[in-house]
Amino acid sequence: MVNNIIEISNLTKRYGLFTAVDKLNLSLLPGEIFGLLGPNGAGKSTTILMLMGLTEPSEGSIRVDGIDPVRNPVDVKKIVGYLPEDVGFYDNLSGLENLVYTAGLNGMSKTMAIDNAVQMLGRVGLSDEMHKKTGKYSRGMRQRLGIADVLIKKPKIIILDEPTLGIDPAGIREFLNLIVKLSREEGITVLFSSHHLHQVQQVCDRVGIFVKGKLLAAGNLDYLAKQLFSSHAYIVEARIALPEDKGKSSAVETQSHTVIERLSQVEGVAKAAFQDDLYIIECTGDITPVIAKTIVDTGFGLTYLNVKKYGLDDIYYRYFEGGYEHDQHRLSNS
Amino acid sequence: MNMINIGYQIRNFLFSSRERGFRPSRPFRVMVEKEVADHIRSWRFIILVILIFLTCAGSLYTALSSIQKVTEKATADDPFFFLRLFTVSDGTLPPFFVFISFLGPLLGISMGFDAVNSEYNRGTLSRVLAQPIPRDYIINAKFVAALTVIGIMVFALSFLVMGAGLLAIGIPPTVEEFMRIIVFTLFSVIYIAFWLNLSVFFSIRFKQPATSALSGIAIWLFFVVFYPLIVNIITRAFEPSEYAHPRAIFLFEKFKFALVQVMPNELYNEVVSTLLTPTVRSLGPLSMEQLQGAIPGPVPLGQSLMIIWPQVTGLIAITAICFVLSYLSFMRREIRSR
Repeated sequence: MVNNIIEISNLTKRYGLFTAVDKLNLSLLPGEIFGLLGPNGAGKSTTILMLMGLTEPSEGSIRVDGIDPVRNPVDVKKIVGYLPEDVGFYDNLSGLENLVYTAGLNGMSKTMAIDNAVQMLGRVGLSDEMHKKTGKYSRGMRQRLGIADVLIKKPKIIILDEPTLGIDPAGIREFLNLIVKLSREEGITVLFSSHHLHQVQQVCDRVGIFVKGKLLAAGNLDYLAKQLFSSHAYIVEARIALPEDKGKSSAVETQSHTVIERLSQVEGVAKAAFQDDLYIIECTGDITPVIAKTIVDTGFGLTYLNVKKYGLDDIYYRYFEGGYEHDQHRLSNS
Repeated sequence: MNMINIGYQIRNFLFSSRERGFRPSRPFRVMVEKEVADHIRSWRFIILVILIFLTCAGSLYTALSSIQKVTEKATADDPFFFLRLFTVSDGTLPPFFVFISFLGPLLGISMGFDAVNSEYNRGTLSRVLAQPIPRDYIINAKFVAALTVIGIMVFALSFLVMGAGLLAIGIPPTVEEFMRIIVFTLFSVIYIAFWLNLSVFFSIRFKQPATSALSGIAIWLFFVVFYPLIVNIITRAFEPSEYAHPRAIFLFEKFKFALVQVMPNELYNEVVSTLLTPTVRSLGPLSMEQLQGAIPGPVPLGQSLMIIWPQVTGLIAITAICFVLSYLSFMRREIRSR
């Protein structure tokens, strides 16, 4: 049994009548990369603030490596590096000076701070710009400096709040690779909040979907997919060459009718439909070969076949849809 | 053998205690150093220094040019000749201490009005708060740093005026005069610290630096311009006639005096005029009986300090209140990224 490094139980935060975080239960294993995924205003940042002891929870308890951030925020901050959303630096100081200052706040002596800062700047690829004022840094450089700033205290856990906001795609990839590399090399636990599912999908071991202050589901992608799409997790798309006399809609109709009828008889097919020249076949398992054979057997020419596995995209939208519907429901009830 | 042992123990104690005491205070020292560096490098501070140096040079010049006329009228062996450098003026420019009481608030307000909100607006506050430091370090460091800078500056000015005066008139100050000037400078720093704390408090309350600067200046103007006016209106309603009972007149004067004591600038003026004019024996109203038998003459520094003790306590108290207010509102605040 591995001890959880972050343990959140029944965490609630209210602002007046508004509940920002509602009975959240979450635990993180040491060394994993956890993605907290949710739309804006879902309570991700509030949860992070409570983890850091920057705001007090209304109810519930938090343990970060066994420490309660409400009682001992300073001890928590010793082992947790936090990169806030839209991080700022002292623009009149250089990147190196900014890092040396942070190192000093962590109790390092001047020489040690400079050594560490230079080393960290090298790791995030800012060695050439370390004497430049941070006011002249680009967005991506600031974010990388932010990572260096977080790492300089040699944390056990790093928490990144919307770290990829406002960086170009190439920068994002570089940034995410850096995080994964650091986490794997040093065994740092990473909690990563974002509303960009693709980025979360790329790097996270586990994902928590967070909507309206509630954690709707948490787990790895396969688990989430299974939980959501237990009946038909696979979709096969197929296109069939249209009949010769395509001007006549009746010919197309007959063709599609035949194909759908045949497909529906195949074991494992939950639903088959014809939409915009495409056959969309929802299946319980990966039965693409069987479907291909069935279509070929009908005598029509198969021109295109594609298996669609559910990505986080669909999971994300499915959940948000659910959340939204749930909300509408609540509204109509009240 | 025993001695060596004791010596070793003492050294061990000193060394370990230094090490023990040094560790936790290191982040705080780093913060203060950074704040001081920020102040000194900022254009704002440079402009303020130039402004204050110029006005002080001006007031020193007028003091020197008029000191002859003043001293001719005074007795030849005036024991507090040197102090006049700080109080005398020919009317074109106010004397040194008036300048300090006028520019001090400006200095305090301008050093503190963006202390916390600018950090917030730059997004550095949440990053600094994520470091393993107690939250109060931030405002404590800001306060200590600004106070250090102000203290050094005010003392430097005071010593410069003393030195220039010494060169110009060639009469060295007595120990008593020197002590009075030191105490005067010290209380000036406390007075400026009050305005500094007030503006730090506003910088926590208001997100926009402009709002917080304006609030500080508004309070200052209120006390300098409007409050005396209000006091005037109130007291006029209660003013007893010329032929009223002496006790009624005395009580009225006391009431008037008490109303004025709320003003920080008035407290400071009373403190400073008592310190720099040793002949002042009382600040409030005195009855004829109290004055009977008094020999006019200067009082020693200790007695001057006794006279202004309530005012000094008041100044320190309002400074502390401002600090507590900023402490309370800062410690309970939720710091989000910008």
